[in-house]
Amino acid sequence: MSAQHGIFGKAQREALIDPLFNNNPIALQVLGVCSALAVTTKLETAVVMSIALTVVLTFSNVIISLMRNFIPPSIRIVVQLTVIASLVIITDQVLKAYVFEVSKQLSVFVGLIITNCIVMGRAEAYAMQNGPVLSALDGVGNGLGYSLVLIVVAFFRELLGSGKLFGLTILNPITEGGWYNPNGLMVLAPGAFFLIGFFIWGLRAWKPEQIEPEE
Amino acid sequence: MLESYLSLFAKATFVENMALAFFLGMCSFLAVSKKVETAIGLGGAVIFVLAVTCPANQVIHEYLLREGALAWISPELAEVDLSFLNFLVFIGTIAAMVQIVEMVLDRYSPSLYAALGVFLPLIAVNCAILGASLFMVERDYNFGESLVYGLGSGIGWALAVIALAAIRERMRYSNVPPALRGLGITFILTGLMAIGFMAFAGIQL
Repeated sequence: MSAQHGIFGKAQREALIDPLFNNNPIALQVLGVCSALAVTTKLETAVVMSIALTVVLTFSNVIISLMRNFIPPSIRIVVQLTVIASLVIITDQVLKAYVFEVSKQLSVFVGLIITNCIVMGRAEAYAMQNGPVLSALDGVGNGLGYSLVLIVVAFFRELLGSGKLFGLTILNPITEGGWYNPNGLMVLAPGAFFLIGFFIWGLRAWKPEQIEPEE
Repeated sequence: MLESYLSLFAKATFVENMALAFFLGMCSFLAVSKKVETAIGLGGAVIFVLAVTCPANQVIHEYLLREGALAWISPELAEVDLSFLNFLVFIGTIAAMVQIVEMVLDRYSPSLYAALGVFLPLIAVNCAILGASLFMVERDYNFGESLVYGLGSGIGWALAVIALAAIRERMRYSNVPPALRGLGITFILTGLMAIGFMAFAGIQL
C-alpha cells in the first residue's frame, strides 16, 4: 500500500482484478449463485442486476469499512445486514423509478441482494479489515467478477434460447420464418445450471490451480 | 378451501421448487450437500424456519407495512404506505425468529438442538427464507396460504438438498474430469435434477 504508486499500487490492482478470474466469487467461492441463475434468461435483466449488485456491494463495502472500528464484534452481523438492507431499499426504489419494466421482471431478486452471500461475505471478510479505498476497489472487483459470469450465462441463454440479444433478433427463429430452432431448455432452469457448470469447467481447464483435490 | 391449500402445497413443494426452479438458497444448497446426514439436518431447520417466518412476515406486512395497513390504529394513518420497509423488516424478523427458535430448541429439545444447532445461524442469510416472504407479498397470500406456502417450499427445498447429497455421495466412486470435479459436476447434477422436477409441472390437485 505504498503511497507513491497512487491509488493503483499492487494491492489496489489485486483487489480490483483478482476477483475476475483468479478468485471469482461465483465460480470459485460459490457465493451469490442464487440470483445469478434466476435473472439470466435475458441479457437486459442480467445487466441491470449486475449494475445493481456492483453498486450495493461497493457502497456497503465502503460504509462498513468506514464504520469498522466502531462496530462492536458481537452485533456486527446485524449492523452489516442493516447497512446492506438500506442500500438495497434505495436501489430498489431507484430501479422502480427509472427502469420499471426491468424491475418488474427482476421481481423478488432485487430484494434478495440482501441475502446475497457475496455482499455479506465481502463485508465480513474484507471490509471489516481494510480501509475504505481498498474496500471500494474490492467491491467493484467482486461486482465485476459476478457480472462477468452473469453476462456470459445470459448471453448464451438468450441467444440459444430465443435467438435474440437485448431483445434484437440475431438468429432468425423458425416460428418467424427463419432457420433457427430455439433451444427451449436454455430458457428453463436446467439450462442455467448446465451453463454455469460448463463455465466452471472452462475456467478450471484454463486455470488448473483452481481444480478441487480428489476426496 | 382444503383443496386450494393442497394444490398450493403441491405447487410450492414440487412444481415451483425453491431450489430447482427459482435457484433460491443455492449457496447453502451447494455447500451442505456433501453428506446426506448434514443435508437432513439443514433441510429440517429450513422447513422449520420457513414455516414460522413466512406467516409471521405475513402478519407484519398485513397489519403494519402495506398501504393503508395502519388504519386500524387511527384513520389518519390510512394514507401511510410503509411497504418500502419490507426488506429491512423481513430480514430483521427472520434473524429474530432464527434466534428465538434456537433458544427454544436449546431449552426444550436438546437433542433436536444438537442436530440442527450449527445450521440455524446459517439460515438467517439463506435466500430461500427471505425469498419465500417476498413471494408471499408479491402473490398476496393470506395467513393460511402463507403458512402452507412456507411449509411446502421448505419441504421442497429439503427434498432437493437431501436428494442431491445422496447423489453426490455416490459420485465419489465415479471418474469425473478433473476440471469438473466438485463444484462443476454438482451444477450439472443439479441441472439434471431440475429436469427431473420439471416432470411435476402441470400437476393440479
